[in-house]
Amino acid sequence: MQKVFAKPESLIETTFHFCPGCHHGTVHRLVCEAIDHYQAREKTIGVPGVGCGVFLYDYVDIDVCEAPHGRAPAVATGLKRVLPQSLIFTYQGDGDLGAIGMSEIVHTANRGENITVIFVNNSVYGMTGGQMAPTTLLGQQTTTSPYGRDFHTDGYPIRMTEMLATLEGVAFASRVSLHTAAHVKKARKAIMKAFEMQTQNMGFTFVEFISSCPTNWNMNPQKSVERLEEEMLPYYPLGTFKERTAPDYL
Amino acid sequence: MNQCKMLRGSVALAEGALIAGCQYYFGYPITPQNDIPEYLSQQLPKQGGIFIQAESEVASINMLLGAAAAGARAMTSSSGPGISLMQEGLSYMAGSELPGLVVNITRIGPGLGGIAPSQGDYWQATRGGGHGDYRLIVLAPNSVQEMYDLTIKAFELADKYRNPAMILGDAILGQMKEPVRLNKPDIEPPEKPWALRGASGRKPQLIKSLFLKDGEMEKHNWHLQEKYKRLRENEAMVEADLEDKMDILVVSFGSCSRIVQSAVHMARSRGIRVGLVRPISLYPFPERQIREASKIAQKVLTVEMNTGQMWDDVRLSLAPGCQARLMARPGGGIPTPQQIVEEIDSFLKAGDQVAESIC
Repeated sequence: MQKVFAKPESLIETTFHFCPGCHHGTVHRLVCEAIDHYQAREKTIGVPGVGCGVFLYDYVDIDVCEAPHGRAPAVATGLKRVLPQSLIFTYQGDGDLGAIGMSEIVHTANRGENITVIFVNNSVYGMTGGQMAPTTLLGQQTTTSPYGRDFHTDGYPIRMTEMLATLEGVAFASRVSLHTAAHVKKARKAIMKAFEMQTQNMGFTFVEFISSCPTNWNMNPQKSVERLEEEMLPYYPLGTFKERTAPDYL
Repeated sequence: MNQCKMLRGSVALAEGALIAGCQYYFGYPITPQNDIPEYLSQQLPKQGGIFIQAESEVASINMLLGAAAAGARAMTSSSGPGISLMQEGLSYMAGSELPGLVVNITRIGPGLGGIAPSQGDYWQATRGGGHGDYRLIVLAPNSVQEMYDLTIKAFELADKYRNPAMILGDAILGQMKEPVRLNKPDIEPPEKPWALRGASGRKPQLIKSLFLKDGEMEKHNWHLQEKYKRLRENEAMVEADLEDKMDILVVSFGSCSRIVQSAVHMARSRGIRVGLVRPISLYPFPERQIREASKIAQKVLTVEMNTGQMWDDVRLSLAPGCQARLMARPGGGIPTPQQIVEEIDSFLKAGDQVAESIC
């Protein structure tokens, strides 16, 4: 019998702590598939931000360095400058990357730091209990926007991928989704591309994963996937916004 | 014989870092410490090292955290407000036991304050400064030679104890020029088997400060305390200029201690039996040495350029029955040797009260 699917080797055999219907588990698997594909497990260092992704080291069989909230791109910069041959990625949520870590992500991208950023956008702060994130949609109710996000008081949801794509230092900026099997396949391609470009020293690579958070959306997993498609994707269009074909310093 | 050069304090510090094998500098401009990044931005690229001007001190300290996690000797430098921004990262580095050097060429605070010499960051430096139960290794040079030597020493102690270290200086020490003997370090940088370089030929390793399981965090805190205890027992550094019999002991650190040295000579020439203890390591604080000296002198005057921060540590160290007095000059005020001698006179004439004096 032909084996068509297996757990990636670099994914540790254990039970995820993630809630049912959460997409973090899928993103973890895709990261591991890409690590295995490039046989990079022994030279990969992951830098999770603070949030549900912080337990990366419980699931991925690689060296891991924790970073303070929002600072993963700066920590990854330090690691990469000392170890230029390593594969370095950060793993950050929307609060970590788009709010408290806005400065670090923008300047790391602008320096063209040769790292990959995995950005999980589920439009809420997950770990702290579903508060409003910079990516929370207008009208979306959260524990700190109980009447729905209002642009008069809270401003607008930030499109990080489009914003970063304007910076010269960025080699690859892509937004993918995980709501269907076909989209998961496309997401895998995007992360493969980002890791490949890092190994070719092309510069800063960025992949945003539109994801669901059923627990903090107060929905079941099926409804969450529907909400993702119907409400998030119209505001956060999928696609590759920047893809360089050569390192610009050559 | 080691080379001797006339150097500015900040350049001597940078040379000390380079000879100690520091090849990574991350920092953000702030007066009065800009000579350090400017000099290293010239030198590091020539040596194959890395100089990054970060977007903030927050980014600088976290780049330092990352470089330290990869096992490199690395540093940042800043001044008061910038050091305040680094406290989050310093707490994480202490919590995840990462060595690295942070240089504080202090400004006057609070707030934007001013750029004249001040010792007002003593508490921030010696109490940890950020959240949680932790300490930094804090060394306080008082000469250009020590700006060089103690930078090497700070890297050695940071690596030995896997803890961030700080050089606490000020604009006087950064700007003044003195001859420096460019000594080579005695100790080779140690192996760092804990560093992250990819899980090749070994199990994956973690650098972390998050411990959520029952009791784990308390255990980790006690482990850190055990380390600080070893520091206190083994690494306290002090310069003592004592006499067999003393009427008074003066305690002072950093640039201020240079002024006190002049005052001590003046007082001695007038027949006053005065001793001087200068803590070189502010953490660990040389408690034992001060206690022993205070037994002889009974009267102990602390002179510092703040409102009395080290005075806390001095009073905790004194032998029972000693009288303690503070001469404080905050906000950029610099005492003259004459003023210090007058303070010594006044203290010797005074009765047995514990007093402080702000002149």
